[in-house]
Amino acid sequence: MSCNCQNSTDFSLLEPCLEKYATVPGSLITILQNAQDIYGYLPVDVILHISQRTGIKVTKIMGVATFYSQFRLQPVGKYLIMLCQGTACHVNGSLQIEKVINEHLGIKDGETTEDGLFTLKNVACLGCCSLSPVMMINDDTYGSLTPEKAISIFKELQEKAREEE
Amino acid sequence: MKIAVGQGSCGIAAGAMKTYEILNSNLDLNKNQLTVTGCIGMCYLEPIVDVYACDGLHRFVKVNGEIAEKIATAINNNDLTSVKEFEISNDDKQFLDKQTRIALRHCGVINPEIIEDYTNDDGYKALNKVLTTMSPEDVIEEIKVSGLAGRGGAGFPTWFKWNAARQSTGDKKYLICNADEGDPGAFMDRAVIEGDPHNLIEGMLIGAYAIGASEAIVYVRAEYPLAIRRLQNAIDQAMAKGFIGQNIMGTDFSCDFRIKAGAGAFVCGEETALIESLEGSRGMPRLKPPFPAQSGYWHKPSNINNVETFANVSWIILNGGNAFSSMGTENSKGTKVFALTGKIKRGGLVEIPMGKTLRDVIFDIGGGIKNDKNFKAVQMGGPSGGCIPEELLDTVIDYKALSQTGAIMGSGGMVVMDDSTCMVEMARFFLDFTAKESCGKCVHCRLGTKRMLEILTRITEGNGKEDDIELLEELCLAIKDGALCGLGQTAPNPVLTTLKYFKNEYIEHIVDKKCTAHECTSLLRYEINADACKGCTLCAKKCPVGAISGTVKNPHKIDMAQCIKCGNCVSVCRFNAVEVK
Repeated sequence: MSCNCQNSTDFSLLEPCLEKYATVPGSLITILQNAQDIYGYLPVDVILHISQRTGIKVTKIMGVATFYSQFRLQPVGKYLIMLCQGTACHVNGSLQIEKVINEHLGIKDGETTEDGLFTLKNVACLGCCSLSPVMMINDDTYGSLTPEKAISIFKELQEKAREEE
Repeated sequence: MKIAVGQGSCGIAAGAMKTYEILNSNLDLNKNQLTVTGCIGMCYLEPIVDVYACDGLHRFVKVNGEIAEKIATAINNNDLTSVKEFEISNDDKQFLDKQTRIALRHCGVINPEIIEDYTNDDGYKALNKVLTTMSPEDVIEEIKVSGLAGRGGAGFPTWFKWNAARQSTGDKKYLICNADEGDPGAFMDRAVIEGDPHNLIEGMLIGAYAIGASEAIVYVRAEYPLAIRRLQNAIDQAMAKGFIGQNIMGTDFSCDFRIKAGAGAFVCGEETALIESLEGSRGMPRLKPPFPAQSGYWHKPSNINNVETFANVSWIILNGGNAFSSMGTENSKGTKVFALTGKIKRGGLVEIPMGKTLRDVIFDIGGGIKNDKNFKAVQMGGPSGGCIPEELLDTVIDYKALSQTGAIMGSGGMVVMDDSTCMVEMARFFLDFTAKESCGKCVHCRLGTKRMLEILTRITEGNGKEDDIELLEELCLAIKDGALCGLGQTAPNPVLTTLKYFKNEYIEHIVDKKCTAHECTSLLRYEINADACKGCTLCAKKCPVGAISGTVKNPHKIDMAQCIKCGNCVSVCRFNAVEVK
């Protein structure tokens, strides 16, 4: 199947995982998790490749990929903000934090900033309820958020990204 | 001296890594030993540093970098009196002193990454006892005596499930742990896995022996990366010691053990949906019967229990079922862990014997409401549970007593609310959650939750209709009866309980177009009190839509037609002149 991508995807990165799991029944979610770790999201050509190698129909793979909230079909920004919208965070003001993100970064749930730095994703519960409201940015958790604190965290990360460039 | 830094997810989020690093570089490590532990459950005091001195334990709380340096110096000088001010207060000590810890007994005490810490504290002794002196039937009998019931929410007797799986015939059986802790506001299972992973492994191996399973699988939600890492580390260590794999402890019993990371779907907490997910499919529930005990994972007999259930097993084997059943009420035995959060002074993990009251947990242990506001309700059981009002605070913690209120014991989430929480908005919040998480398999849940959400949303936006309450009640009952799985059948609970105990709030929203909790912004009115306003112009400057007019030193006015109810004027006014109505 032809692909419109400008850069061809390097399937060899996924090969160790496919070698281990392609023929093991029930491994589709594990394979997709690995693929997303490697490519940052699930590109169409990767899904087609997984289908070819495992014999699982593309429709089934798409069904699974769209069912679970962990999987993404679009690339995300350098920093993925997972904003907890669990009960405790909700009661302690997570909507205010969301508003700050909407206003300060100009993105809504599921969107990425134009500079490709931040993506916002509302999540159900991160399990750090005592520190609510909480957000996770990549692998770091930030708790007891206030609008001011959230803005200073974003500024710090923007600064850091600028330095890295 | 031994110094331990609490490094559960919440400790780390509060800065425990930095605290650890500072202690590590400042302590004299020739004389002292620095180690980590899981979460002790006093999340509101993190980061916590425990110092085991010759005169006993000194617990330091909210240890930031600066305090950590001082503590390190004090330890090096062998004089802890100079840092006494940073030790836990007597008040806060009550939080732990009033608890009875079984499932959490090692959490925050041992290092979860070192198997010897666990074996030195009777770890894997229960497994040894079971494998060398008990038959599988003996184990099931002991669990029956203990009265242990499923801690995931439903409260089904554990021995009964084990026995059913034991009785099922098949060449292969599976033992599965449900660690897909999806209830927003619950984190007991995360604390157990992060703080005491070997206890879970041991409980599961005992369960596997009892039902005759040769493979044990832990289904952990992907949002818990630290729990997955620590559990994998523990599995590797247990395997190296011969506690997992072939001929465990030199006996005929063999059992493989692995982790399966979930991918984010609340419905996978339902056992048949979890099995579908384990098989690599969309997590959609199956019709029961057949029950998993007869036909589960790959259609083989399977037994599924929650993390906390397994965390009690080794203690029961070592101390006897009678010791466990001596705690609690007639219907509910042993202890239960609760995640106490929301508008509470001392938030964290609380393990208490069944039979205590909600008031004991919230006021005695949790210290009451934050900022001394008024208690309004406690939400128990997550999206499947309900809101319990003040007049029922003396309800005892017992499966039956709690379900009589309309809420459920659930997995143990307890979200406390004060009078600034709107109960209609709370119901809308949960329906928003269940509508999003509905898998879509059955019509009642897929469409029913959506319709309920639409109704609740229009009520909170001030567009509620007079017959909306009857319509909601009708929908609730239809979904309860018609939905396929537990998620759907219990989805109306948050609405039913708020309608039962807080119907006046619904009526206020619909008829008077008022939200007394001031949470539903569409229903709010902002007014400037002309007597209090000094005409400083700050509010007019900060108003994003220019809805505030007035001249210097004269009272200002808000044009409600333009106002977007952002609340900026309230937060900037230094004279409390802006009133929200």
